[in-house]
Amino acid sequence: MAVERISELEVRLIPPITDEDVRQLKIGDHVLITGTIYTARDAAHKRMVDTIDAGGRLPIDVRGQLIYYVGPTPPRPGRVSGSVGPTTSMRMDPFTPRMLAAGMKACMGKGNRGIEVQKALEKYTGVYLMAVGGGGAMLSKFVRSTEVVAYEDLGTESIKKMVVENFPAVVMDDCMGRDLLTEGRKKYRDLSKLGSYVPSERIVIAAG
Amino acid sequence: MREIHVDTIKTKIAELCIDATHKLPEDVRVGLRLAETTEKGPLAKKILADLIENFDIAERQMVPLCQDTGTTVVFVELGQEVHIVGGSLEAAIHEGVGRGYTEGFLRASIVAHPFSTRQNTKNNTPAIIHYEIVSGNALHLKVLPKGAGCENMSRFANFLPRTGKDAIIDFVLRTVEESGGNPCPPLVIGVGIGGTAEYAMTMAKKAVARGVGTHDSDPEVAALEDEMRTKVNALGVGPQAVGGINTALTVNIITHPTHIASLPVGVNIQCHSARLKEVTL
Repeated sequence: MAVERISELEVRLIPPITDEDVRQLKIGDHVLITGTIYTARDAAHKRMVDTIDAGGRLPIDVRGQLIYYVGPTPPRPGRVSGSVGPTTSMRMDPFTPRMLAAGMKACMGKGNRGIEVQKALEKYTGVYLMAVGGGGAMLSKFVRSTEVVAYEDLGTESIKKMVVENFPAVVMDDCMGRDLLTEGRKKYRDLSKLGSYVPSERIVIAAG
Repeated sequence: MREIHVDTIKTKIAELCIDATHKLPEDVRVGLRLAETTEKGPLAKKILADLIENFDIAERQMVPLCQDTGTTVVFVELGQEVHIVGGSLEAAIHEGVGRGYTEGFLRASIVAHPFSTRQNTKNNTPAIIHYEIVSGNALHLKVLPKGAGCENMSRFANFLPRTGKDAIIDFVLRTVEESGGNPCPPLVIGVGIGGTAEYAMTMAKKAVARGVGTHDSDPEVAALEDEMRTKVNALGVGPQAVGGINTALTVNIITHPTHIASLPVGVNIQCHSARLKEVTL
């Protein structure tokens, strides 16, 4: 079992992840990740999905894995990791349903996901986690090792195998179709102060 | 005529790049600490505490505040009594940026041929440079490493001249709400009102550089800054969009006269990692 609930809000997550594990995660949960995860962002996603389209084999077995959307800074000599915070996940939206279909169980970045991704998380039983955006220095202390395993030519965008310990994240979109942005906003907004402005009931995230 | 050698400029720009990406300005630190004390959402409060720890670790351990060490935006104010010697000012700035990003272990994020090959230039050059010729014999250099997550959420719109401020407020609110967590709130929001299209966008970026806890000298503009900030925070988006009362640390507005037929508005969105360092030579 890769999911262990520590408290009402805190959950330990140890990949590889099963459907059963994913079902236990709900929006707002604090997740502490320990073990092996893989990094990939824009260029690596494009290449992986092109490989799937061409009927080829992916350079890593994504089944049951967690993919972290990050392009770290180069570590200073003697350090395990440079700054290692999440990039904007939405740019991976066109690729994410395909990655989930290929067996990926969790992805982690920052910001929100489009409706197609939220639907795919339900369909393939996946989860979207958010790491603290702009927290790259703080997050570097949870990284134990980093090793390039594919697409080395992409530099910061290469696929890296990363071993982490108690790496913190929050469940943003769960496999039940719930979205923390939508829920959280409703809880804390103050319509009495918004004047003529009418908030969107479901947010359409702007392109970018 | 006062002479400034390009070698001095190269060294200073390299230092500013490294400093800016590791040491968060004091006004932003104050803003984040204040947000942490006022925040009502428990998850949002934890995120703000994480961000406070982040700027502390970044400076102490020399790990960049954010892995996106940005597009290097440089504002140059060149006194008209200054003579740059030893080479080209523009080349010196680019060289300084290249040196800073390489020697400082900063991420190279700039790609050439933006719509085709997108080849990484390997040292984060070229920088984006804004020049201004001013009076006097000083050279002022300001480096603002701009992350893409927030820059991508920036917007521009033309309004009908008689629209008034409510439409502008709604535009800012829509921009922030539709950005969700992508630009890493709590934000510094820069708004440029008036001028022409490109001028409004440049004012918006300059407004970001004005920092947290400042107001425009015109009381009417200052009041609009406060009204916008109150309303942005009433959206409930919160830090990293998990829900909370701190979505913007500040809204800064710069205005300029405009054409009888125009009301251009630029919005530049800056994440909480509002990095900025400057020097006067």
